[in-house]
Amino acid sequence: MKYTRELCPIIKKEQLNKTTFSFTVKSEKAVQSMKAGQFANILVEGKTLRRPISVCGFSREEGLIRFVFEIRGEGTEIMSGMEEGERMDILAPLGNGFDINPNEKAVFVGGGIGVPPLLGASAPYGGNATVLLGFRNAGAAILSDEFRGNGADVRIATDDGSLGHHGFVTQLLAQRLDESPCDAVYACGPKPMLKLTAAEAEKRGIKCMVSLEERMGCGVGACLVCACKTRTPDGGEKYLHVCKNGPVFDSREVIWE
Amino acid sequence: MSRLNVNICGVEFKNPVIAASGTYGFGREYNEFYPISKLGGISSKGMTIREKAGNPPPRIAETPSGILNSVGLQNPGVDHFISEDLPWLRQQDIVVIANIAGATEEDYAAIAEKISASDVDMVELNISCPNVKAGGAAFGTSCAGAENITALVRKHCPNKPLIVKLSPNVTSISDIAMAVEAAGADAVSLINTLLGMRIDIRTRRPILRNNKGGMSGAAVFPIAVRMVNEVYNAVKIPVIGLGGICGWKDAIEMTLAGASAIQVGTAMFTDPYAPLKIIDGMDSYLAENGIENISELVGQVELW
Repeated sequence: MKYTRELCPIIKKEQLNKTTFSFTVKSEKAVQSMKAGQFANILVEGKTLRRPISVCGFSREEGLIRFVFEIRGEGTEIMSGMEEGERMDILAPLGNGFDINPNEKAVFVGGGIGVPPLLGASAPYGGNATVLLGFRNAGAAILSDEFRGNGADVRIATDDGSLGHHGFVTQLLAQRLDESPCDAVYACGPKPMLKLTAAEAEKRGIKCMVSLEERMGCGVGACLVCACKTRTPDGGEKYLHVCKNGPVFDSREVIWE
Repeated sequence: MSRLNVNICGVEFKNPVIAASGTYGFGREYNEFYPISKLGGISSKGMTIREKAGNPPPRIAETPSGILNSVGLQNPGVDHFISEDLPWLRQQDIVVIANIAGATEEDYAAIAEKISASDVDMVELNISCPNVKAGGAAFGTSCAGAENITALVRKHCPNKPLIVKLSPNVTSISDIAMAVEAAGADAVSLINTLLGMRIDIRTRRPILRNNKGGMSGAAVFPIAVRMVNEVYNAVKIPVIGLGGICGWKDAIEMTLAGASAIQVGTAMFTDPYAPLKIIDGMDSYLAENGIENISELVGQVELW
């Protein structure tokens, strides 16, 4: 049985900024086979659909999983109201996650609420990771100290220049890739950012893995709603599904629309 | 749990709980939560004669107590099902129902022949998919259309029990049910989804890329109960009830309305274990009320 439904007690709740929350939950089963870049489908009281939330980090030894999410709509708003001691009903671990190689030099590119899954993925890289984070403004910035704490070279861009580089995170990426060699790029964030990230990596012949988002139903690949258009090896096009075939895809596979 | 054994069109089900088409794939994903053989049956993802890409995303939107979907029958094609999924399903001790759809009469005839020659237990004829431009509901929303396509599939698939899945997007669903019964259907299943639409007020665009989609989930349950009861009173063939069933009480209610078996769909997204809880709950209810078999309850609502 690859998937588990688990009722996970919330042991730590933090508010990272006005709209972003961090929940650390206790897990016995789901955490055992978990990988960075995977997600959980979380039950929301009173809602038909669960909310897919990426895993920000986990510890198999301590039996802990951390989720960081932003209030985007009614569902995440209800979730943000959960308190320590309550139990989160999760389906996990879902999706493929990142295939990482911490011996390589890697660049992690995150935009907004796409940043959290990169924390767990980049941690094993220590100083081999360059982490490029893009936010709307200084108030929206999250987790940068934690990336630094893992030993990564962290650079920040904001849309309004209130923190770090004034401009797009993809400009930091171009700069970094021209600076020194890098083996792989891992990215999560809004689609336009992912598309530009993929272009920067691809034109330099660097492997680029992107974590995609789409409205989901079942979360396990049965209902086929979270479609993502991809290239097939024979040159055709095919809808794959973010929940089961992803959320992480090789950027060369993705047809950006 | 012999209390839950049912026989529909000569096919034995260990319980009357069936995974609804389109929500359960071909069973493999949910088999990663629990053995799917705990269910009575599975209705496969709707299949077409050739692989179908489906609609562009977003394909799902939430509604109060339900969802809209516009998957558009994405499927790998019937040959892929027969060679890759059916052999695996046959090993799972579950009644296998092939849900088939098409865009033209020729498509329906061709897929009916392939399925007729395959090892499935039953066929569910989808003439009610609201998410494809051609075919689907176009065949299922008039008595003549439903009758013609049923007769055609009956002719090309003579040796499998034939269930026809009905659209609720019609003026009189019992008229359609009588038409397909006359054309040779062995059973009917209802309801497919109700056409709906949601609009994002910030972008002024429909949330679904297909603009419209099929509504399902708890919100449609009372409509499904009413329609199942109307159809039960109009035809002699068995009725399989679905639409918004979330728990065992809903399943009993649907049975009282006239359903010989029930299908669970959208509830799976909230809780993958929903069908198992329904099976246990139904069995306890029967035991507590001294009812020997669920079939004693079929259609037993006493109308005022």
